[in-house]
Amino acid sequence: MNAAAASNTSGMDRRFFLRAASIAGGGMLLGVFWRNDSQAQTAAAEPKPSTFIRISADGVTTIVAKDPELGQGVKTMLPMLIAEELDADWKSVRIEQADFDDKKYAGQFAGGSMATPTNWEPMRRVGAAARQMLIAAAAQNWKVSEAELSTASGRVIHRETKRSLSYGELAARAAELTPPDLKTVRLKDPKDYRIIGVTHRGCDVRDIVTAKPIFCIDFTTPGMLHAVFEKCPVFNGKVKSANLDEIRKMPGVRHAFVVEGKVNVGPVVEGEAGLEPGVAIVADNWWLAQSARRKLQVTWDEGQGASQSSEGFAKRAEELSKQKPERTLRQDGDPDKALQDSAKVVEAAYTYPFISHAQLEPENCNAHYQDGRIEIWTNSQVPARGRGVVSKTLDIPESSITIHMLRGGGGFGRRLTNDYMVEAAWISKVTGAPIKLLWTREDDMHHDYYRPGGFQFLKGAVDSSGKLVAWRNHLVSYGSGDKFASAAGMRPNEFPAQFVPNFALHASVMPLWLKTGALRAPGSNAYAWVIQSFLDELAHAAGKDPLEFRLALLNGGPPPAGLKTPPSEFNAERMRGVLELVAEKSNWGKTTLPKGSALGLGFHFSHMGYFAEVAQVSVDAANKVKVHKVWLAGDIGSQIINPGAAENLAQGGVIDGLSELMGQEITLERGRVVQNNYPQHPMVRLTQAPPVIEVHWKKTMYSPTGLGEPALPPILPAVCNAIFSATGKRVRTLPLSKSGFSWA
Amino acid sequence: MAIELTVNGKSRTVDVPADMPLLWVLRDVLDLKGAKFGCGIGQCGACTVHLGGQPVRSCQIPVSAATSPITTLEGLSPDGTHPLQIAWEELDVPQCGYCQAGQIMSAAALLVKHPKPTDSEIDAAMNGNLCRCGTYLRIRQAIHKAATLAAGGHAHRQPHGQTARGAKEAS
Repeated sequence: MNAAAASNTSGMDRRFFLRAASIAGGGMLLGVFWRNDSQAQTAAAEPKPSTFIRISADGVTTIVAKDPELGQGVKTMLPMLIAEELDADWKSVRIEQADFDDKKYAGQFAGGSMATPTNWEPMRRVGAAARQMLIAAAAQNWKVSEAELSTASGRVIHRETKRSLSYGELAARAAELTPPDLKTVRLKDPKDYRIIGVTHRGCDVRDIVTAKPIFCIDFTTPGMLHAVFEKCPVFNGKVKSANLDEIRKMPGVRHAFVVEGKVNVGPVVEGEAGLEPGVAIVADNWWLAQSARRKLQVTWDEGQGASQSSEGFAKRAEELSKQKPERTLRQDGDPDKALQDSAKVVEAAYTYPFISHAQLEPENCNAHYQDGRIEIWTNSQVPARGRGVVSKTLDIPESSITIHMLRGGGGFGRRLTNDYMVEAAWISKVTGAPIKLLWTREDDMHHDYYRPGGFQFLKGAVDSSGKLVAWRNHLVSYGSGDKFASAAGMRPNEFPAQFVPNFALHASVMPLWLKTGALRAPGSNAYAWVIQSFLDELAHAAGKDPLEFRLALLNGGPPPAGLKTPPSEFNAERMRGVLELVAEKSNWGKTTLPKGSALGLGFHFSHMGYFAEVAQVSVDAANKVKVHKVWLAGDIGSQIINPGAAENLAQGGVIDGLSELMGQEITLERGRVVQNNYPQHPMVRLTQAPPVIEVHWKKTMYSPTGLGEPALPPILPAVCNAIFSATGKRVRTLPLSKSGFSWA
Repeated sequence: MAIELTVNGKSRTVDVPADMPLLWVLRDVLDLKGAKFGCGIGQCGACTVHLGGQPVRSCQIPVSAATSPITTLEGLSPDGTHPLQIAWEELDVPQCGYCQAGQIMSAAALLVKHPKPTDSEIDAAMNGNLCRCGTYLRIRQAIHKAATLAAGGHAHRQPHGQTARGAKEAS
């Protein structure tokens, strides 16, 4: 393989540059590199063509999917972006999962609904550049000007003579050309899209329905041993003693040893905690390892976490709510005075619990350490961070770590932290064997990076005309000093900031010795419920229809700035758009429902997406709840890239939110997580899911953004607001099961 | 101990502890990775296989009790063309896909019993299978579609992985 052309640096943010090369058998490979300043020298000095696109002589076009796939559909969606601008024939496209390699690929992570906004333009430019090279190759071949040529479905066509050549036939010649500048390649007019905007099935669906071993848990290596890892039920508890001699005699057990651990956290657990202490057992198969583990007896030094309890936190939060808040995150106007002066004041305390990610594939990872190098096979959402923590813990350079990315059975934020990866790496280093570490469901539930619970003490006021004039929130959360535990803070500009003239967001924190982290729509999955429920309380206090009250609020904020609004900032015009759309589709205010049934409404802005949802809910005398129908309206910009997958993902977000709403709660006693498995932390089952979830898209002029997260948050308040309208019962504590509700 | 099994129509002998759950024998001894480990207590359905034609949670069946023929997703059809496999693909049911082997095996047992299942029959047969991604609406549609296909309806497989599905748009 010869790098045939010089690199060509574009001025794009991440400094992408292209390199083309020919491949054996007469094909073309188009690599795209990116670099930051520190890497620029190395990357230029040592050209290693990556393979975003590989066109072989027979016309098969292989497109590399660079990001981790955990069910969000990105392995299909990103190649669609390239294929569209390449004008490829989708029938001839093969999709290949990339390994982790941050010298070749930018941003190989799955989180924050960021794949669409960060890749929308760069991926299309890659495809467009390849197309331009194929056109140039055809122009040379026919000795005509490029302007006379067009492309369609994997062929370059000379319009006048109707001659055409396939991309496969042109690939070898194209590989000799200098790639164009990514910045200047021409992109299609969206009206000419043939792949973007058309539903394409997930590229792995056939493998899934035919039981191909594509998940991380299915991966094996020759001679692999199986590992389990017992940790203290209290975070970071240390091993005082363990009956290892007995365990080593159990059938199939090859190794049993204590791991001292290298946890690296301050007073607040932020980000990766590192390697927790415990006992590793390695056996010939997983069942034998797990059977031996059941005979394991460990005496723990439980450490500082053992005195924590959910009850204690609730009591402390109540005390803090009566004291002067520790910090003020935002203040506009004079909320205290406005609350005193106003006609109607509403006061409410909202509480939500810790919850577990409960992704269906338990944590697992393969690792093989030998001669100072380690090879890892993982379903991590952020392999770069995993590499960092493995490097630090095993004390080996990052360059000695190779990471392969395998399909994950759900992520939801759990695999943003790499505790299981560093455990597997450590166990392989100690044993010198290729190992597969697999957690039990109980391990997962006891050792998660939990969605942090919290307490919000709110006061709001409406004036005599029913206008919202004051909003004061005291968030009691977890942290230390001015630091919140991971995912336990709140953005000072979280809605309705800027829309209420007298506004305050205060915070106080309680120390926490527990790992917390991002769960699908972090923060938002709790805050939407609090904010939109409390808004409903205020609407009712004002004697206004909940929709009218919200529209009036949106109209009373800063003037719309259109495209000048940064995508990360709330744009009231866009929210109004989805609110009006969902009201229209659900016939809001125009339907009469039987007694005990009602519609409820909620909206939320997160991850650059605007979502408004209406739920039709009935509640019977025994507090059995049925969600009959959900209408969802979303604005994630100008283009829904893969509509069928988008609908599936949005419906899944609604159902996920219903699981959190009804039954999910992680509680602590003596520092231990009480819940063990799904029955104590239930998710919605088929009969409990709404039979209909209508998904409607509001297309706007904005650049497309992500969908993994923002469809979830509004469903929680929508259902609670419907329960209030149906029964007069206002739910201020999650999950609903704590207040005697259950699914019908 | 040596245990004789019939798996996907073939006789297999495995030398494992008698109390080893069928799931782990399938996955780690016979290298059939279709049945998945989710909860280990028979509550999620990801490990569903057929034992003597009945859907069972293989994590709860000691291998010594697996005396009837066993069918896993690998053996549901010789070439991946069981109506459920076609329907699942057509409707692009999976998101992460991890639960779907169990879903399809539960649905396959249902269709044997009720070739044209009603929604309440689907409810009864499928409620033990969790889908963390929430693909339930499509699972239900796909079972109905598979029933139609099995009754002689046409798959109308569209080329290029495209399907006609998609949400409504407003602008």
